[in-house]
Amino acid sequence: MSDDKKKPEETAVQGPKEATRRGFLRDAGTLTAATIAGAAALVTQTDEAEAKASWAEWFQKNYRLMTDEEKKESVERLEKRYSEEYGKATTVDSSPAMEGVLFGYALNIQKCIGCRRCVHACVKENNQSRNNPEIQWIRVVKMEKGNFTTENMDKGYPKDYGIQVGGNAYENAGVTLEGEHYYTPEEVPEKGSFYFPMQCMQCEKPPCVKVCPVRTTYREPDGIVVIDYNWCIGCRMCISACPYWARRFNWGEPNLPQEDMNPVTHYLGNRPRMKGVAEKCTFCLQRTRKGRYTACVEVCPVGARKFGNLLDPESEVRKILEKKRVFRLKADLNTYPKFFYFID
Amino acid sequence: MRHKIQFAIDFVTYAVRGGPKFYLWMLGLGFFILLMSYGAFRQFTEGMIVTNYNDQVSWGLYEAQFVFLVGVAAAAVTVVFPSYVYHHKKLKEIVVLGEMLAIAAVFMVIIFIMFHMGRPDRLWHLLPVIGIFNWPNSMLTWDVLVLNGYLGLNAVCGFYYLYKRYSGQEVNKSFYMPLVYISIVWALSIHTVTAFLINTMPSRPMWFHSMMPIKFISTAFAAGPSMIIIAFLVIRKNTKLKIADEAIELLAQIVTWCLGIAIFLTIAEVVTELYPSTEHSFSLKYLMFGMHGLTGLVAWYWSSIVLMISAFILLLTPRFRKDHRFFLPLACAMTFAGIWIDKGMGLVVPAFIPTPIGELSEYTPSWIEIINSLGGWASGLFLFTLLVKGAVGVLLGDLKNGGEWEPIVISEESKEESYRG
Repeated sequence: MSDDKKKPEETAVQGPKEATRRGFLRDAGTLTAATIAGAAALVTQTDEAEAKASWAEWFQKNYRLMTDEEKKESVERLEKRYSEEYGKATTVDSSPAMEGVLFGYALNIQKCIGCRRCVHACVKENNQSRNNPEIQWIRVVKMEKGNFTTENMDKGYPKDYGIQVGGNAYENAGVTLEGEHYYTPEEVPEKGSFYFPMQCMQCEKPPCVKVCPVRTTYREPDGIVVIDYNWCIGCRMCISACPYWARRFNWGEPNLPQEDMNPVTHYLGNRPRMKGVAEKCTFCLQRTRKGRYTACVEVCPVGARKFGNLLDPESEVRKILEKKRVFRLKADLNTYPKFFYFID
Repeated sequence: MRHKIQFAIDFVTYAVRGGPKFYLWMLGLGFFILLMSYGAFRQFTEGMIVTNYNDQVSWGLYEAQFVFLVGVAAAAVTVVFPSYVYHHKKLKEIVVLGEMLAIAAVFMVIIFIMFHMGRPDRLWHLLPVIGIFNWPNSMLTWDVLVLNGYLGLNAVCGFYYLYKRYSGQEVNKSFYMPLVYISIVWALSIHTVTAFLINTMPSRPMWFHSMMPIKFISTAFAAGPSMIIIAFLVIRKNTKLKIADEAIELLAQIVTWCLGIAIFLTIAEVVTELYPSTEHSFSLKYLMFGMHGLTGLVAWYWSSIVLMISAFILLLTPRFRKDHRFFLPLACAMTFAGIWIDKGMGLVVPAFIPTPIGELSEYTPSWIEIINSLGGWASGLFLFTLLVKGAVGVLLGDLKNGGEWEPIVISEESKEESYRG
């Protein structure tokens, strides 16, 4: 297997480095390239056109280092491949960050009812793998309210000589994150529970970016931490380093049925991913860079989710930061999330 | 140049020839390597979905082997350091065997890194110039540097020494000695950096403490020499190479005290974590006692503790430590196994349980992970056997091309004597 994969690579790398990439593409019809594409097709068990595209993708640079022309080439290649693969005209946007915009998010935990419409809207919008497994970028953690009980007032450890290590009057819940995000009630909100949605916090000091050995993940000028899926080597350092458990990994080839695929995509956002790479919430940059709201903001039935430009004093997010009681998750880690929680 | 090619040819032809026991051993290893090639094929075509890794526990058996084997590689220094710094004569004669172990261990590390990668085909993205090497920011790039450097140093030192011996020339000290001293410091660096790789992530509180590097080094210097002692005993039994009792005794002492320090550090960690018992100690609690009815690692943890403590007691007792026929190899095997658990399943896996948002989910390796890991070890032992066999040939004087070095052959009387001891 590894032999099959290596041989064609070596053949192609032997030529002069700079010329190879484009020359290689142009000569795609020649015998050599056809053979290579054929070999790749055998390996990936796909048709030749797709194999050719993946092969060219394999040689491309890190997105940030591409010239505009190379970016255009790469985007066109992807559009062609996705359109063929999913049977619908797919666009791959490459709009850069807007000037003077720094995205921020605020979530009203008082209002959240735990319906998880945001979770599913996100999956629909962002082309995650749908089954086996379904990848979700947002998790809504159910927190049960704690309780103090009279009968335990005098109970604790040790039993005699006065409680010293700990009392039992408080029934522990809610304060410790127990990570219950699989709840399946008949109705939400459930009595005695509140809900705590989490997703990528788009940290100003993102630990995931620092640990990446190939700089495939980085912070864009508008504050969004993005991933070049084509450059990721799948080492999962970022997944280990994220204190918010926001990153997901494509353990196998993602399963995205044609009919479920959202054809409006962005290179750094919701374009379909491949196996062996990390992914996460990007604040729907394919939407927000065009002035739209994220899918989760749009779908929230109680208006708990607010989104906007942190640099604009008139934006809703800025108003919330000024007027409401706001906190950030795990602030002690000094990651400076741009995802704020607030209460009225 | 022709001389060097001749050396390579002689070395290889000598290394691959042996008696029935040798062939049986290599065949056994070959079987596991074959199994691994199937496992590797499945994993590289279907993706890591053939493992039991998941978003909750995203590192597992492979990373456990990786961390442990970096330690084994670093442990070559336990042979090199006394030889060249304390001029331990008996150890110096066979120091090259330690370097061969280092080469084989780094080779295994590389195999497990390949299995660790989600996209091994994109490994070239790491190469400077054609890719992006995020150095010095990413700790992983430091690890790449020190591991490759260490492989290079040991290959150069080891084969330079063997080649000089083979040609009957003296080593050029002004070339050789600086490399030896660098490799001593470098050995410490590889395991320190591997510790930094995981303990610089506050998202995983179980790893997030400054004791990690010293614990890594002390456990490595217990497990590594244990393996070296066992290898020495096997070599002594099967070849004429003179491996003095003093050499083995010194290594046994190193194992004893490093194991003692490791046990002390384990106690220190347990007390520090469990006394205040904050949320940050949940991983350790899960490992030691289980949590919410999930107890997958509890048996592993306590078996590791029992192995390490009983090995320590055996090694502390001179009567057992000096019994090279049974108790010393037993204690070494126990140390090796205990630390393999402690640093593998007992360190890598529980750090992911619970997840940063508090979810507890257990992990058991899939059978593909298991055959790939067995195969990784088999490949390393395969290489180690060949390297050691060739090196022993040179030391024995079976492999030579002019000049005279005194072969390190055991005389019949001293052989009898060492067996009695």
